[in-house]
Amino acid sequence: MTEASIPVASIGTTGVSRFAGILRSLRRSPAGFIGFVIVALLVLITAIVPFFLPDVSPNVKEILLPAGSPGHLLGTDNEGKDVLIQMIGGGRTVIFVGFVAAAISTALAIVLGSLAAYLGGWVDSVVVTLADVVLTVPQIVLLAVMGAFFKLDSPILLALLVGGLSWPVLTRAVRAQVFSLKEREFVEAARLLDLGTIRVVFVEILPNMASFILMNFMIGVTSAIYQLVGLYLLGLAPLTGSNWGIMLNRAWIAGAIFNDASLAWILSPVVAIILLLLGLVMMTRSLEEILNPRLRDR
Amino acid sequence: MSGAVDTSAAELIEGPADEPRPSAVRRFFNAWLVRRLFKAILTVFIVTTGTFFLVRLLPGNPVDTYISTQIAQTGISYEAAAAQAKNLFSLDPNQPIVVQYFHYMINMLHGDFGNSMLSPGTTVASVIKTYLPWTLFSVGVATVISFIVGIVAGMIMAYRRETWIDHLLTSIGSLLHAIPNYILAILIVVFLGVKLQWFDLTAARGSYTPGVTPSFSFSFLNDIFYHATLPILAYALTTVGSWALVMKSSTVETLGEDYVTVARARGLTDSRIRSGYVGRNAVLPLFSQLAVSLGFVVGGSIFVERIFGYQGIGFSLYNAVSGRDYAVLQGIFLVVTISVVVANLLADVLYSRLDPRIRVQGKGKG
Repeated sequence: MTEASIPVASIGTTGVSRFAGILRSLRRSPAGFIGFVIVALLVLITAIVPFFLPDVSPNVKEILLPAGSPGHLLGTDNEGKDVLIQMIGGGRTVIFVGFVAAAISTALAIVLGSLAAYLGGWVDSVVVTLADVVLTVPQIVLLAVMGAFFKLDSPILLALLVGGLSWPVLTRAVRAQVFSLKEREFVEAARLLDLGTIRVVFVEILPNMASFILMNFMIGVTSAIYQLVGLYLLGLAPLTGSNWGIMLNRAWIAGAIFNDASLAWILSPVVAIILLLLGLVMMTRSLEEILNPRLRDR
Repeated sequence: MSGAVDTSAAELIEGPADEPRPSAVRRFFNAWLVRRLFKAILTVFIVTTGTFFLVRLLPGNPVDTYISTQIAQTGISYEAAAAQAKNLFSLDPNQPIVVQYFHYMINMLHGDFGNSMLSPGTTVASVIKTYLPWTLFSVGVATVISFIVGIVAGMIMAYRRETWIDHLLTSIGSLLHAIPNYILAILIVVFLGVKLQWFDLTAARGSYTPGVTPSFSFSFLNDIFYHATLPILAYALTTVGSWALVMKSSTVETLGEDYVTVARARGLTDSRIRSGYVGRNAVLPLFSQLAVSLGFVVGGSIFVERIFGYQGIGFSLYNAVSGRDYAVLQGIFLVVTISVVVANLLADVLYSRLDPRIRVQGKGKG
């Protein structure tokens, strides 16, 4: 038994050190580092700063002040609420739902993809067919329909729905990877030692894919945020509370684009969303270069 | 599975499978195509079935809601309202669910999606026929443009690696790739429309100017393109970045292949190597992504068309969703899915024409 635990432990640590290695190389690539800093700053600011800011409240005397007004750096909206404070507090739901949705879809993809490849047979056929079908249905259309009819006022529910629809791409990628990994010697050794399917898949095979999965997780965050903000913009997700998507929706409906004084109102969530997504994409791209050394060497 | 049936059938017709060499390739392709078609049909079947049950699962079952509002508003009998509902949704609420499902599927096969709930007398099929072509047109043109521009940009980036032009194009590509299409659409409206006044936003709404009769004349084409320019710009700009970046990495990988080195050693001209060896092989993997991206863009049309007021399928979908027009909703959802399935099928067939390895691989797996 002790003999069996040696390779398991060593492979486990490889996974961890590989993860640290990714972060180290991420720092070495300038674009990846800038992306990481942008995302980290946005997460910190939207999560912590709102606690130290006053609540925004409607104020009829200060409607649609232009950017640069005293006390309101980015002006106010059509209810007299400060735009800057809304912008700082408006990232929380967006980032939270993005990450939770991506975590859900990544978890689904790992479980379904690796089991499909490892078990093969009818499990594989069912997973592949299901993935193909879900992949074909335009998710945004389905989300729009479901979002409009079910009251998805809790961010968790929204994340469940978004994440529950976006697992197929990664599932197929994981399946392909596990297919090739399961033929390697160390997996065969683990199988001969009779360690059990769950252990072989999750302890022996998956750590080798850690960086690949991390990259896809970030792609998942990006696309979840795309879908989420889009739903809010069209008013297809319940407009309770305040976030960047809801700000966009209200500014668009109020015709903020036609009024110079309210341009900052509509452009501030636009800039915030672009910054967040750009940071994520920059991180993902430099990770991709790390994972694929051929891209660097030639 | 179908491969086995196919071989035995071929054996019956052609005798022992030992000697017919030329038809072997053909048989591979046939089997592959048959299996691919079967997959497409299965997908449509599953989605149609899913839609049937989704409509019944939606809160306040639309059929019951419709019947009760009709009774409340017009005072007609339950039977009359149920008959109307039956006509609207192509399903009779009084029948057992299996029979309803059967009728629903039969109607779908005939292209009968029922009638709109909001505009009485309009069939769902006619709504789709009015709006879908404009989305296919704008999305199609944008996809062709961004695919071609992306491939050229990607090859330039790969050939000029680590030069200023590579860094510049990579940055632009990453930026465009990161921006959602509706955000870009808002920026286009703000800057090109309101600030610079390059486009008259109110005149550009709709898919063509009202009153103009559709015809194959230059002025009508001009009108169509005037209305479609902004949506095409939004789709093309938001997709071109990812095409360029994918093409770049694909080209870089191809440049390292042995056959390119051999071609260089043979002293072939650079342009010959670029088009015949590198370009051709580097572009292959991109075709498999073409269909996925088409589905994504068609789905994204609900945002873009809403912002520009372009009257395509996304625009009518938004109206159906906000007006709770379940019948139209259900029809559009199905049709959009079917167009994505067809696009997938076409891209796969195209891909297999370009890269025969796919057909053989598919055969091995099945």
